[in-house]
Amino acid sequence: MILLLMPVIQIILFGFAMSTEVKNTKVVVLANQADEVTRQLIERIDASQYFEIAVIAHNSGDVDNAFRDGTAKLAIIFENGFSKKLTHEGKAHIQLIADATDPNAATSFVFYAGNIINSYQQELMPVQSAAGLIQPEVKMLYNPQMISAYNFVPGVLGMIMLLICAMMTSIAIVREKEMGTMEILLVSPMKPIYTMLSKIAPYFVLSVINFATIMLLSVYVLHVPVAGSFISLVLVSLLYIFVSLALGLLISTITSTQLAAMFISGMGLMLPVMLLSGMIFPIENMPGILRFISNFVPARWYIDAVKTIMIKGLSITEVGTDVAVLSVMAVLLVIASVKKFKVRLE
Amino acid sequence: MNIIHNNNIAVSCAGISKHYKKVQALKNVSFEVSKGEIFGIIGPDGAGKTSLFRILTTLILADNGTATVNGFDVVKNYKNIRECVGYMPGKFSLYQDLTVEENLEFFATVFNTSIKENYDLIKDIYVQIEPFKTRRAGKLSGGMKQKLALSCALIHKPAVLFLDEPTTGVDPVSRKEFWGMLKNLKKQGITILVSTPYMDEASLCDRIGLIQNGSFLTIDTPEEIIAGFGQRLWAAHSKNMNKLLTDLRSNADVKSSFAFGDAVHITLNEDYKTEQLRHELEVKGHTGISIRTIKPGIEDCFMELSKSEKY
Repeated sequence: MILLLMPVIQIILFGFAMSTEVKNTKVVVLANQADEVTRQLIERIDASQYFEIAVIAHNSGDVDNAFRDGTAKLAIIFENGFSKKLTHEGKAHIQLIADATDPNAATSFVFYAGNIINSYQQELMPVQSAAGLIQPEVKMLYNPQMISAYNFVPGVLGMIMLLICAMMTSIAIVREKEMGTMEILLVSPMKPIYTMLSKIAPYFVLSVINFATIMLLSVYVLHVPVAGSFISLVLVSLLYIFVSLALGLLISTITSTQLAAMFISGMGLMLPVMLLSGMIFPIENMPGILRFISNFVPARWYIDAVKTIMIKGLSITEVGTDVAVLSVMAVLLVIASVKKFKVRLE
Repeated sequence: MNIIHNNNIAVSCAGISKHYKKVQALKNVSFEVSKGEIFGIIGPDGAGKTSLFRILTTLILADNGTATVNGFDVVKNYKNIRECVGYMPGKFSLYQDLTVEENLEFFATVFNTSIKENYDLIKDIYVQIEPFKTRRAGKLSGGMKQKLALSCALIHKPAVLFLDEPTTGVDPVSRKEFWGMLKNLKKQGITILVSTPYMDEASLCDRIGLIQNGSFLTIDTPEEIIAGFGQRLWAAHSKNMNKLLTDLRSNADVKSSFAFGDAVHITLNEDYKTEQLRHELEVKGHTGISIRTIKPGIEDCFMELSKSEKY
């Protein structure tokens, strides 16, 4: 039960709670001399899905308070005589103050607010912009709205699948050892490979169910579309599930207690997957040694493949390297666990 | 190291030694078990019984020595041995989440057989637990668990059956039943090696090996071992049993004294008479003294042998 619910909870947690996108951010506005232009601009900001005017401040003290008690994350302050200056001098000042306790979020707030102000400015003075004023145009490829779910769904998929598959299987054989049933199984004509396959099989089914749950949630709850071929995605995922199960199996054959197996699969896999798979930190920015290590993290290759297929919408032929690396990993892991499987108790 | 390849030998051990990190579990153990025999390995906890069983069932490797089971070497031909032996570990080792019936079916499949095929063999045992066949194995009583474990170990009609302390933690009635079942299995020609810490079960075996600290004190039929006791044995009794034991131990003419339930079993020096002993005990203030001759049991022999081993 827990094994089936865990991915649901995690994906929802990552999807909503840990989202870095800007949505309904509370804004405090200070416009001492409200006029037509400031009103329009404020309305424009309020109307956008990114911001919500929470406080209309009357002096700078109100702005400070709004930040302090957390009612606002962004302040927009118009200088006195804003519209007059704009029409007469051709320029006026707006001050944007962001709560930078979360620097990433603050940058996005300012960026979004700046965009809204710019577009308003263009509408207001089409002549000026036509006169060769260079406006940078930023295009967010594949993810124009910068929806963070696009980034983390492949990441969470890679992490959850690895964690659940590896953790479940890592306990599987160790439990037999702890319960003493391994003793009887060993004193039987069962071949080690059959013992291992039969241990993997139920968890494979479970993992596939988990995969399906995550996919359903991402598509229907988080609205992350599958841009590429769904079949390719499933094929890559099945391969990845197999790699994870084999990894768990290897852990299971080398440990002797459930606790140790849990610890290795939990701690030993969680951190590298979180940090080195490109899920949180881009691999390209890592120092050489870490980049090298990240090559051995299966999630890195899987996440890359999922991003390519699911978000970029390319086909399985574009992720040949990822598939090849994962296949090699699968084969090596299975060979290692069969070799490591002890035909005796010690 | 010569292993006599005799068709009548089911299990043979020659110079088996095994040590764990600090403990020497088995010291140069050699013995043979004939086909169709019930061989009891009797000794206290930590004597090396389980280690010996695990070596013979190919679960662990001995440091030294060789052993064969059913003619197969425990190291080289371990796969053959695993096909022809039944093993019941001391700890209940079936799947607790599976029902009685599921466990039996599972082990039948593992051993490439079916319940039907060897049902005759386990019938006598299985009928007793059949009323509970939909119950989970973990929820069974101790005696039931043992019966189920025995059924599972027998499902593939093994040539040699290894039972590691099958009656530990089982009530006296079930223990008696269990030994009855072993007698029936013997009739089917199955060689049975059974270990137990209970001395009173020794007489139910064809031959026994008394084991202590990793080596056999003696290996013989229970009758011969008792006959080999060779001394007169008395059971002494008095109102104050604790004082009696210390007083007897401080008496130089009492060769040995061990507390056995409600009496102290003693052997005396040749020329020391029980009358003298009674008198001396009365002087020390004991009342209600009774000293009577008794027949020695396996436990007395074990005590005597382990004592001579030490000195």
